[in-house]
Amino acid sequence: MAKITLDGLAHSYLANPASEDDYALKELNHDWADGEAYALLGASGCGKSTLLNIISGLVHPSEGRILFDGHDVTHAPTAERNIAQVFQFPVVYDTMTVRDNLAFPLRNRGADAAYVAQRVNQIAAMIGMEDMLNRKARGLTADAKQKISLGRGMVREDVNALLFDEPLTVIDPHMKWELRTQLKSLHHEFGHTMIYVTHDQTEALTFADKVVVMYDGRVVQMGTPQQLFERPEHTFVGYFIGSPGMNVFPAEVRGRMAHIGGVAVDLGADYGMPQGKVEVGVRPEFTHLTAGPDGLPATIRRVEDVGRHKIVRAGMEGREVNVILGESDTVPPGAARIVFDPAGINVYADDWRVAPSGAQQGAAA
Amino acid sequence: MNKTVNQKAWFLVLPVLILVAFSAVIPLMTVVNYSVQDSFGNNQFFWAGLEWFEDMLNSDRMWDALGRQIAFSGIILAIEIPLGVFIALNMPKKGAWASVCLVLMSLPLLIPWNVVGTIWQIFGRVDIGLLGYTLDAIGIDYNYTQGFYAAWATVIVMDVWHWTSLVALLAYAGLQSIPDAYYQAAKIDQASRWKVFRYIELPKMMGVLMIAILLRFMDSFMIYTEPFVVTGGGPGNSTTFLSIDLVKMALGQFDLGPAAAFSIMYYLVILLVSWVFYTVMTNLDKRDGV
Repeated sequence: MAKITLDGLAHSYLANPASEDDYALKELNHDWADGEAYALLGASGCGKSTLLNIISGLVHPSEGRILFDGHDVTHAPTAERNIAQVFQFPVVYDTMTVRDNLAFPLRNRGADAAYVAQRVNQIAAMIGMEDMLNRKARGLTADAKQKISLGRGMVREDVNALLFDEPLTVIDPHMKWELRTQLKSLHHEFGHTMIYVTHDQTEALTFADKVVVMYDGRVVQMGTPQQLFERPEHTFVGYFIGSPGMNVFPAEVRGRMAHIGGVAVDLGADYGMPQGKVEVGVRPEFTHLTAGPDGLPATIRRVEDVGRHKIVRAGMEGREVNVILGESDTVPPGAARIVFDPAGINVYADDWRVAPSGAQQGAAA
Repeated sequence: MNKTVNQKAWFLVLPVLILVAFSAVIPLMTVVNYSVQDSFGNNQFFWAGLEWFEDMLNSDRMWDALGRQIAFSGIILAIEIPLGVFIALNMPKKGAWASVCLVLMSLPLLIPWNVVGTIWQIFGRVDIGLLGYTLDAIGIDYNYTQGFYAAWATVIVMDVWHWTSLVALLAYAGLQSIPDAYYQAAKIDQASRWKVFRYIELPKMMGVLMIAILLRFMDSFMIYTEPFVVTGGGPGNSTTFLSIDLVKMALGQFDLGPAAAFSIMYYLVILLVSWVFYTVMTNLDKRDGV
């Protein structure tokens, strides 16, 4: 177990990256605290797998250093780093039995037979494959194979970190939930540093203590699920997390007031004079419908009942706006305007959040 | 659902039946015909029953040729398969050099058999051939027209030169189909190079390797042109493999009956071995489930 430090890390798959766009991973300084569970969340191709492979040593970064407990391992081979990694698609050794598959990482490191047997049985119980130990891995279903991959990743107790690269993609939904719960309990029990890559926000938010959101090769925000929800540092975090995502309006902001489509809105705090592309973002949870004279004019298109709440899809000057109503709430009669809860308002300049103190706080991540 | 009965549909197989009849069955039947008859020329034939088969089974000549044939196929397989796999493992996986290697490797495969024979026939000559002359000059007694070992070595090296590429290319294709994640997982599991080969590469190559073995076995078991051009089956009969012997018998001595009986047994051996291979291969696939 170790603290993992990324120091000025950047990576490009090109030999001579010229501009910032050539980097799959833009400069990154970050500490992964020992024993925490992180989720690395982002859309496909945002650099999360690259980052994971750099940590495990499968990819060597173009720039910067990576340290395990202050010890530079940037150019150390994978084996020396003593990490475990589970890949998106199952990797099993076909000709071996399930038992031998699970024992493989231990035997390669010269563990003694009694310990291997005990550990394999423990892991088999955890992934629910005790009755299949003597079967050949060949010919098992994809999710059984992936469970073996997971088991092989977890069989070593002394790993510095456990890395998961979208490991539950091929697994059935009910099994997904079960395995995720098991991973979490494993984390509580052994306190491994875990990094879990996913593009599924539910998976990220339920698994991790801290969620790291990546966008276009950059970490845009790192925080607890609550922070990501209430104070998205970047419009991408607003869109990507939440269902539906944050409503974002182009606006002109002057101090406490914003002008959205000619209507003045009180922001509840002083945001100064942000320059560039200025936007106001409000989550549907903080957006309300009103029949009163104040607020932004909107046309209600439809109401979707998703069970726990209702989503009102409305239009505002050709832009879609979503409003969330409680389970038992109804659309007020004559509602033609929307108003915002000041607590849920965020102001963005060039996609980055502006802190309300008045001082401009750009790339905070 | 009830199936519609339409016996006329059988006519749809007719074209294939006719084609196969003309391409395989009828020529084969003429051989069968010869194998059970005797002739003293003048196109007069009379019934001989299984006499020729008995004759052939009791003839040392056929057993010797079969022995040489098995030895030849065994030796070239034992060299070409591991060598081909070894070459494939060491070929670049991608980039310009991979293409260069692939082209260079395929060159021997494109040369016609008798040209390969001629190349080695000249290459190995002691008077003008680079190989023969050099070996002679450094004091090795090498003369493929007279020495038993020299003749065998030449024929085997020639076959290895000609066909190892095929094995290497097939094995290379098998290796290319292994996703990177396997190698990455092996690194993380700290598997040694040997274990990577034993548990990842070899199992994934097994399918294509079986095909390579089958192809090389069949081809080498039927080899004719190359040894014929180089050694003509000599010295003595030492490189007279089955098909060379067969041609000697059928066209050289015009012993049609024995040659036909010989052909049929030759054919059955190849068929038998191919069937065994096929069964083993399909069983390998079936074993997946167990």
